[in-house]
Amino acid sequence: MAEVNVQTTADSSPLSQLRRGRLTLRGMLLQLRAFIALILLYAFFAIVSDAFMTQNNQVILAKQVAINAVLGIGMTFVILTGGIDLSVGSIVGLTGMVTGMLIHRGLILTPLDRVVYFNVWIIGLIAIGVGMFIGLINGILVTRFRVAPFIATLGTLYMARGLALLSNNGATFPNLIGKPELGNTGFPELGRGTLLGLPYSIWIMVALGLLATFITRKTPFGRQVYAIGGNQRAAQLSGVRVKTVTMMTYVISGFCAAVVGLIISSQLIAAHPATGDGFELNAIAAVVLGGTSLAGGRGTILGTIVGAFVVGVLRNGMVIEGVSSFWQMIITGGVIVLAVIIDQAQQRIQERSAV
Amino acid sequence: MTAPALAQERAEAVDDVILRAEQVTKIYPGTVALDRVDFNVYRGKVNVLVGENGAGKSTLMKILAGVEQPTEGHLTLEGRPIHPKSPREAEALGIGIIYQELNLFPNLSVAENIFMAHELTTGGAIIQHREQEERTRALLARLEQPIDPRTLVQYLRIGQQQIVEIAKALALDVKILIMDEPTSALSTTEVEGLFRVIEELTASGVSIIYISHKLEELMQIGDYITVLRDGRKVAEAPMHAVDLSWIIERMVGRDTAASYRPPQHPIDGELLRVENITLPKQGGGYLLHNVSFTLRAGEVLGIYGLMGAGRTELFECLMGLHPLAQGEVWLDGRRLTGGIDRRIKQGIMLIPEDRQREGLVPELSVADNMLLASLRNYLQGFFLSRSKEMASINRLVRELAIKVSNVQNLISSLSGGNQQKVVVAKTLLTSPKVLLMDEPTRGIDVGAKEEIFEIMRRLAAQGLGIIFVSTELKEIMAMADRILVMSKGVITRELDRESATQQALVEASAIGHELVRKDVSGNGGS
Repeated sequence: MAEVNVQTTADSSPLSQLRRGRLTLRGMLLQLRAFIALILLYAFFAIVSDAFMTQNNQVILAKQVAINAVLGIGMTFVILTGGIDLSVGSIVGLTGMVTGMLIHRGLILTPLDRVVYFNVWIIGLIAIGVGMFIGLINGILVTRFRVAPFIATLGTLYMARGLALLSNNGATFPNLIGKPELGNTGFPELGRGTLLGLPYSIWIMVALGLLATFITRKTPFGRQVYAIGGNQRAAQLSGVRVKTVTMMTYVISGFCAAVVGLIISSQLIAAHPATGDGFELNAIAAVVLGGTSLAGGRGTILGTIVGAFVVGVLRNGMVIEGVSSFWQMIITGGVIVLAVIIDQAQQRIQERSAV
Repeated sequence: MTAPALAQERAEAVDDVILRAEQVTKIYPGTVALDRVDFNVYRGKVNVLVGENGAGKSTLMKILAGVEQPTEGHLTLEGRPIHPKSPREAEALGIGIIYQELNLFPNLSVAENIFMAHELTTGGAIIQHREQEERTRALLARLEQPIDPRTLVQYLRIGQQQIVEIAKALALDVKILIMDEPTSALSTTEVEGLFRVIEELTASGVSIIYISHKLEELMQIGDYITVLRDGRKVAEAPMHAVDLSWIIERMVGRDTAASYRPPQHPIDGELLRVENITLPKQGGGYLLHNVSFTLRAGEVLGIYGLMGAGRTELFECLMGLHPLAQGEVWLDGRRLTGGIDRRIKQGIMLIPEDRQREGLVPELSVADNMLLASLRNYLQGFFLSRSKEMASINRLVRELAIKVSNVQNLISSLSGGNQQKVVVAKTLLTSPKVLLMDEPTRGIDVGAKEEIFEIMRRLAAQGLGIIFVSTELKEIMAMADRILVMSKGVITRELDRESATQQALVEASAIGHELVRKDVSGNGGS
């Protein structure tokens, strides 16, 4: 979807391009493939399964999707620059543990021999700060020290996970309800509460999705992210501060991961150090299914959210239908590979029509 | 001029043509790269091919080497027609080529490079390393280069790498060896070594086709010269019969379609002052050494120089892209500081040489490419304002006459000339006072070139200072109000309008390239 970065005008939509004969019907179907796949999957599971369309299951599904989508939103920024962020799963675990620790033990100020307990809002901000800090480290490693993004974030993946385990000696922080006398109650509300019948996590996904879409389309920063992924040298010679912008994308990814860490620990009302293990791969799968190129420069936030829905619906549907978890992995893997093959085909068609 | 008199006599006595291209035409979509070109390659001689960029030299060589097939015309080798369809087929016929950019694998050894894709194997599967190394040693000995065959290529100097390329061609037992600008990256001593090798090769019967822009060098090494211009052969002669001005005249042509027009606007005071820019080279020496000059408002300053003269590096230093560079740049009385993003804000902007690699983002639309360098100008609050963007886009599309049906189309859908105009538009949107243009007409057609020139004149009339780099004499002569000639990282000459002649430019661009040993084969000079 190369024209995604273009402003939304009537002339650049696939439909009007179809009218002008620039895109074939096949080309348009290819462009909307993730949507179409999602609708087909939904229809399929709705028909074959009684349990799939129940309200209860739909809420479960939406919660799962929100986790992957929020991680995917952050990941999209990084991948648009041509990078990758493997550390997000570990950041999810670490921020959960930070939250748990602050609720249970507070912040121990050794030199002052005091323990400070914060209210849950502050705790949330601190956890997000920790996630963004890890993202900043990723960004510094990638831009200042020129470590390949794969390696840099692989390193922080291990380190953040190690910190999460270290924080409570590998044990869980259970029962994160806080104590009224310490003024830190209310944390479970984030995972439990609803607005207009939908869990907060869905609203967070929607809000972050909209914000990210605006950032990618309507701010200099967003344009520059695409430019760096498309041609880093040309971006640099145009005066784009390549290092700063690239670094920011990792901070955004860390932010999103921290938000997910808060959501999950709040939903479980517990922080487990192994939480988020392997989430980075789900997020990458959502991004790729949404049509974002791993080479950078091409992709959309909306595509990633649709991709997260495809992964989520597929998995949820298979669980409900009792497909063995081994087959689930095989099928999920096949879908990802298929998506990339179709993506390549679309690129070729587009190149041909561009000439 | 050094005409080998003995070679001349020998030439007349025994020279015969080993490879002949007859009436070769090559048509690419939209352009005729070669138009009924005849080209003779004399056996055991150095056959020089010259022409300006875009004259068709590379296309002709690609046809001889089997990379491209002619649209019309044919090739005969030793009297028999040949139709090489691939480099491999050409190699089998004994035609090898060494490209301008070295095609070596830095991570592999010399021997592995030489036998790449032609490995000596046992049973087609296991490489006989020892045998390969032995043969490599023998080849390198023939080239008088004691390089260990097991050395990784990345540890060799450029000159040695060039030797490896030659050895690679020799390993295939070539009868004809094409060398495309083999000396552009070599030091003077390395050039001398290369010339000795070439003499040995010709002595052993190998025919050389030699392409270079360094005219003085050609006159020393060449036996025959063929001149191409705009896809046509304009002349062929034995080297001893011609001199420098003859070559320049044939290369550039007398047509004065793009002749110099003195500016109609006043040229104001000093706008840019460059003081002692020095850029050290890795491993010693300088890429730029004490480069100083000034530029006045409304002036078009041309910089002429061969490849490796330091033109592009100079521009990069002015833009703050080389942290190691020393020296000062003053714009409008204020010293330029910081990296490229800050310098752009201070009023200097670069149009890079390689449009595809450095100028454009292929994934983005025409509009987004155009706006990329000036995004902050279109902000309304936190977000980009579509109407502000469109106002700027429409203004530049109109002013530069960019032919585009819809600015939201991908940049790659435009022709080369229009792509270049988008790059120019991008730079103009940053409101520069000084514009640096590195080969601004590279790879665009004649009509678009004239338009780019017109734009340059108009910008100068608006008071911008323009510095532009070109390797084409005709362009420099047509456009520049003043000319600096660079060679080996220093400014060798400054010429004003009146004193600038093509010959003066060529001579100044060769300063520092003089070879100590003028005549190596013992033939008498003229």
